[in-house]
Amino acid sequence: MGINHRMSRREFVGAGAAAVTALAFPLPAFAQAAARVVVIGGGFGGASCARALKQIEPKLQVTLVEPNRTFTACPFSNNVIAGLRSLEEQQFGYDKIAAGGVTVVAQAATAIDAKARTVGLADGTSLAYDRLVLSPGVDLRFEALPGYDEAAAAKMPHAWKAGEQTLLLRKQLEAMDDGGLVVIAVPANPFRCPPGPYERACLIAHYLKTKKPRSKLIILDAKDTFSKQRLFQNAWKELYPGMIEWVSLSQGGKVNSVDPATNTLITDFGNHTAQVANVIPPQRAGRIATIAGATDNTGWCAIDPVTFESKSAPNIHVIGDACIAGSMPKSAFSANSQAKACASAVATLIAGRTPEAPKLINTCYSLAAPGYGFSVAGVYQPKNGLFADVEGAGGVSPADVPRDFRAREADYANSWFATITAEVFG
Amino acid sequence: MKAFCVAIGITTVVAWSSPVLAASVPPPGAAACSGCHAAGTVPASPVSRLYGRDAGDIMTAMTGFRDGSLPGTVMNRIAKGFSDDELRAIATWLAAQK
Repeated sequence: MGINHRMSRREFVGAGAAAVTALAFPLPAFAQAAARVVVIGGGFGGASCARALKQIEPKLQVTLVEPNRTFTACPFSNNVIAGLRSLEEQQFGYDKIAAGGVTVVAQAATAIDAKARTVGLADGTSLAYDRLVLSPGVDLRFEALPGYDEAAAAKMPHAWKAGEQTLLLRKQLEAMDDGGLVVIAVPANPFRCPPGPYERACLIAHYLKTKKPRSKLIILDAKDTFSKQRLFQNAWKELYPGMIEWVSLSQGGKVNSVDPATNTLITDFGNHTAQVANVIPPQRAGRIATIAGATDNTGWCAIDPVTFESKSAPNIHVIGDACIAGSMPKSAFSANSQAKACASAVATLIAGRTPEAPKLINTCYSLAAPGYGFSVAGVYQPKNGLFADVEGAGGVSPADVPRDFRAREADYANSWFATITAEVFG
Repeated sequence: MKAFCVAIGITTVVAWSSPVLAASVPPPGAAACSGCHAAGTVPASPVSRLYGRDAGDIMTAMTGFRDGSLPGTVMNRIAKGFSDDELRAIATWLAAQK
């Protein structure tokens, strides 16, 4: 398994005379030996961070804890739902990461002792660390939407974690009669992949237009504005006239409860019974972050934007969807960008030095149809304890451009997925 | 006490002269590029590879994207987030990567 059962720092510090030395020279002296970094979560954040740590400092003992042996990527999974791509194209393994010197442990992390600096695993063993990186992604808050739970998700899929749920939504669309109603329920901010529900609406509409043109799609939204709104709404008009209806919060779009027995979504303004109901529930940081004491009352993790260290759990760093990153959206690109900056910060701290303030980038592509893409980009830096937009930079694709500009961005979207997955898993 | 001071000195020297952070921590912003611009030669991509490219060429492209004289898609928006000094550090680091 490659699990290390080395003495934790605390045990070592407890060993009499060594305590004096340890207090006098907290980190650097030990960092020379082989500092241990454990990374929990093998998605775009965690896998990127484990790899980057090993690249920056090959001497570090880096362990990646991830129970799944295959990672299924969410970006581009809307293409799977629309029948434009296979789920296998979304799947990646950890062999290359392990070959690069990262110890990959296929166990779920179930306990964290921040004082003893240990991670408990589902098989009863534990890992000691000098610094811990959490990249647990999101958990779905089933309790936040009455009527919705895991059993309901087998009838009204969320498809917000790629895999079986993605295929289930695909199968339901295939089984639907022409003329059916598809409803997508979208939560309030913050949630994973802000433009994702609207891209999903586009690509489902693309499938419907091609195969079931009398069908309709309604988006019930708990918000009055959304990411890349003008670009999406223009694309809906241009590509799918009359097919997509967006119901905003103020128009009664917020879904208060669902009834899986009848496939009904209930709002203040009325009920919508769908042939296919895609319910994206509210979210929070993955559960292990709460076990670690790293979540606040919002359910997300407040961090120092220079080091990514938790504001409530020392020596624990949080990256990706789980962290509160200010202006940075919860995206795979953000997670990868944060992972590399976090790896630099962790290696610098272990060396006993002060990390430099990072500068981060996010780029998110959305596809409105095959060959029709647009993007949002941003540059971020720490400001008032959060990541803030660098003023004058970033923004969305222009509204009025010829179709070849959209085609080019669609090409870049495809190549982004190939490039980032090669960097993380290849 | 004197021995203790010497001990501090030794430990400090060892810590600071260690190979940890041997020029491998990229300057702020640089690590993000490889999200789109492949670090390796695989996969083939319409997006240019930047590792090992001439630092002057990268600088020229970035300042062109920033002032709009070089048309692009996302790069015009991203380049505006960086100063000359930051771009120079990033370009130098990228050029030094294999």
